[in-house]
Formats: sequence, C-alpha cells, structure tokens
Amino acid sequence: MSNQRAIQVSGLTKYYGETLALDHISFEVERGEIFGFLGPNGAGKTTTIRALTGLSRLTSGEALILSLDVRSEILEIKKHIGVVPEISNLYDELSAFDNLLFMAQLFGVPRSQRRARVEALLKMFGLFERKNSLFRTLSRGMKRSLTIASALVHNPQILFLDEPTAGLDVLAAHSLRNLIHNLREQGITIFLTTHYLEEADFLCDRVAILLKGKILKVGTPDSLKAMAEEEPVMEFTFPRGNSRIVKGLSLKLPELKVIPVDDTRIRIYGGTPSYVLKSVLEFSKEKGVEMLSVNSIKPSLEDAFIKITGLSPTVMRVEKEKRTNAAG
Amino acid sequence: MRRDNLRGIFYIVWKDMRTYYLKPPAISWGIAFPVVWILAFYLRNPKSFGELLPGLVAMTILFSTTAAEAVVINFELRLGSLERLLLAPVSLPAVLVGKILGGALFGLMTTTVVTAGSAIALGVHPHILYLILIVIPSLLAFAALGAFLCVSVKEVFEAQTLLNLPRFLMIFLSGVVYPVSAMPKALQYVAYFMPLTYTVEGLRQAFSEGSIYLVLIEALILLFFFLVFLFPAFGLLRKKFE
Repeated sequence: MSNQRAIQVSGLTKYYGETLALDHISFEVERGEIFGFLGPNGAGKTTTIRALTGLSRLTSGEALILSLDVRSEILEIKKHIGVVPEISNLYDELSAFDNLLFMAQLFGVPRSQRRARVEALLKMFGLFERKNSLFRTLSRGMKRSLTIASALVHNPQILFLDEPTAGLDVLAAHSLRNLIHNLREQGITIFLTTHYLEEADFLCDRVAILLKGKILKVGTPDSLKAMAEEEPVMEFTFPRGNSRIVKGLSLKLPELKVIPVDDTRIRIYGGTPSYVLKSVLEFSKEKGVEMLSVNSIKPSLEDAFIKITGLSPTVMRVEKEKRTNAAG
Repeated sequence: MRRDNLRGIFYIVWKDMRTYYLKPPAISWGIAFPVVWILAFYLRNPKSFGELLPGLVAMTILFSTTAAEAVVINFELRLGSLERLLLAPVSLPAVLVGKILGGALFGLMTTTVVTAGSAIALGVHPHILYLILIVIPSLLAFAALGAFLCVSVKEVFEAQTLLNLPRFLMIFLSGVVYPVSAMPKALQYVAYFMPLTYTVEGLRQAFSEGSIYLVLIEALILLFFFLVFLFPAFGLLRKKFE
C-alpha cells in the first residue's frame, strides 16, 4: 500500500450484535483530497467514521490511516486526525475560547503555542468577537464552526466530518462549505459524510455511494454523472399529488425507471425521448391528467444517485428535514 | 504514550472541576444531603454527636464522591462529550481514571470542609495522618464504585437512583449510625462485604487515635475495593464503544 494514501480500508466489516452495519467495504483516500461518503440514514456512514477514529472496534478487515494500523496504533493516529461528530458536543459551560484551549491542552499543543493557535482559529472561523461567550449561547451555525475549529487545534493532517452542515440554515451551510473548501487548500485531507447530494457535488473530489453497509460505487462526481448520462432523463410536471401518476406510468412503462422528484415532478430514466414523450402524452390523455411541462434533463449527481441506488431522492430529503427539525 | 495519558488525566480533572462541580445534582446529593444528615443528628442529640462523627464523615465521603461521578460521567454520556475525550490521544482507561479522580477531588473538598467544621465545632482533634491514610483510599474506592455504576446508565437521574441502592444499604449496614458489632451475626457478615464498613472503622481509629495497624489494614482493604470497582468500570465503558 502506498504512502500517498491518507486512508486505506480493505474488507472493513462491522457488526453491532447480530446487525451487519458495514459489509466488507474497501476504499482509499488520497492525501489532500476531499472524499465524501454519500448515502441515506442507516447506510453506514457514521459507523465508518467511528471505526476509523477508534470510537468503535472493527469486526474484521483492515484500516490504515497515514499507514498506521487503526487496531494497534490508534493513539498515534489520533495525534494526526481531527474528528467532527454529527452533534456539536463541546462543553456548554465553557466559553468558545476555553473550549478550544481545553482541546489544545488535551491534544498536547505546546503551552507556548496554545493561546496563539486558539486565537488564530477563532479568527479564521469568524468567532473571535464571541470568544468569551459560553458555548450554549452560540447560534447553531457558530456551534458547528467552533466544533470544526476544535478538531483543528492540533493541526491534523486528516479531518473527519460527520454531516458537517446537517441542521444548518442555507447561509450558515454555504459559509461552512466554503470554509471546508479552504481547509483543503491548506493541504488537509478531508473525509466527510453527507446525505446532501448537492453538498457532495460541490465539495468532494471523489464520492463513495453507500447503501445498507455496502459501497455501491466510487468515483468523481463527474464520472458518476456521466454514468447517468448514458441513458436519457426526462422530467414531467403535473399538478400536485402525483403518486397515482407514478404508479400508472410505472405500469405503462415497466422497462423504465419512473421516480418522483417531489409532489409535482416525475423523472423517467431510459428509453428514447420520443418514445417516452409519446407514452406520457398517451397516459395523460387516457387518464385525463394535465401535463404542465416537460424537460430533457442534464444528469446531476442526484440522477447518478438514483441510477446507482434505485432510491428516490425524496428519501434523502425526508431525512434532511428530520435532522433539521431534530437539531432545531 | 504514558505522558499523553497523564496530561489527559490532569486536564480532564481540571476541566471537570470548572465545568461540573457547581451543577445542581452535585450540590444536592454531594453536599446538601450529607450536611443535612449531620445537622439532623446534631440537633437531635448534641451530646453524643461526637460518637457519630466518624460514621457521618464516612457518609459524606460516600455521597460526595458518588454524586460527583454521576455528574462528571453522565452529563457527558448524555451529551456525547465523553466521546470527545476519546478522540484525543488519551486511552480509555486514562479517561476513566480522570473521571474518577475528578469525583475523588470533589469528595476530598467536601469531606475536608465537613470534617474540619465538625472537629472545630466539637473541639475534637483527629489524628491527621490516620485521617489521610483512611480518607484517600475511601475517596478512590467510592469514586470507582460511582464510576462503575454510572457508566452503565446514560442520564444523571438514572445514575443517582441506581447509586442510592448501595448508598442506603451501606448507611444502614456499615456502622454509620448503628455499630456493626451490635448487629445480628448474619448482617455483620454482609457488612464486611461493604467498603463503607472499613471507612467507618478506620475513621473511628483516626478520631480516637487508635491503632495505626488497624488503619493500615482498613486502607489496604479499601484500595482492594478500589481495584474491584475500577476494572469492571473499564470493561463497561469499553463495551459502550465497541
């Protein structure tokens, strides 16, 4: 295995009791890249991070971080990695400054450098003005930023981010994504999990699509999109309440994938555009359903995800809403 | 690695002192409860209060350390911040030792205030060396007992409820208010399996300037209890992160 790899995982399997959480997954992450794990709830994203960072034991398989073995050299590994869990779990009773200072103490940042490092991070994340505010008084976006800053106090080579923007408003999520991008510019390798397709597309150099503990595909967002491009995608808009229409079209076009995008839009994967359009027009006429618009779609990562997993993107959106509500 | 662990233990104790010692469950169970008991016994019979003092100091050690463990462990288990400590280059046993020392230090502060206050008020002069020899292993043993029980539940209130079972059993069977020697034989045997019995007996020696050999034996037994609670606590915590 090459030293150029930041993370090398081979046949990683994890059982929780009788439940198989990770099923022989293998992947490699290059130094300096942003690598994303994309998948719905229960796919095994967080389990992978926990296994790679020593928070849970591997049932079988091999995992190397910076060529160090996760099983036997985890304390040495921890000196070189930063981990941002899904929940911002710093200490409510400590100020922003004291939280970072405690992490610097815990990670053994030399005493002479601690304060300067903490102040630099507070400035970098736009929190210097709030350095004396207790963690519990910060907004959700600020808590998330501070949690990421706390994972950087010891200048890690690899940063693990578990759902970094979950529960954040659009503006806070956008600003955090830019920050993550900047971290990569500083040479930090980033391993992130997300169920936001657009986040994976915007941030990641390569993406692994994970479902039920298995990696289905690994590639750059463009290469995954190109897979979806092999077959045409057409999008139709109907009035609200299209589950009946999806059912009807699936029966009419059993050889094609008919997937609801939301309550009004339906995408049909495969078939020639003329055949699909003719069939949908027929269906529309037969059932007396008004078609509002039709478009030929340039495939997105969402389309690639649908093609690879067979899941509707609504699964991910429902999960996104649940998380936002839980965090709120 | 040892240096990393020692540094981790030191800063975990320091952070816990700043973060948790003024939390309501620590104040109510760790300070208010033993103080109220002591006042109640004093007001009921001020003349014979001196005889009860070793038992009441022992009870203070028991309540203050175990209450602190519930706070320093369960607040973090609930909020997920215990995981944060495990993400640092500090081993799991070192994290738990930090938590145990945090509880023991809280107990030491409470016990020092209660013992010094009572000794001054009553004009008694306990043997300081004997006191140190018995109080330190007691603090460690009960902090480890607290840690052992607290790591098996998540919420602070669950931990306090679980802790009340051994606490009240020991208060009634370990000679805090009623001498072990005056209890039925069967209960005396039960009392010998309880660490508080040795704390009470050791403190009696300290308050009456009794035998150093007895104090040393009680201290060794308490250190044995410390280890008996410590290793299963490691195991339970490790199981949480499997």
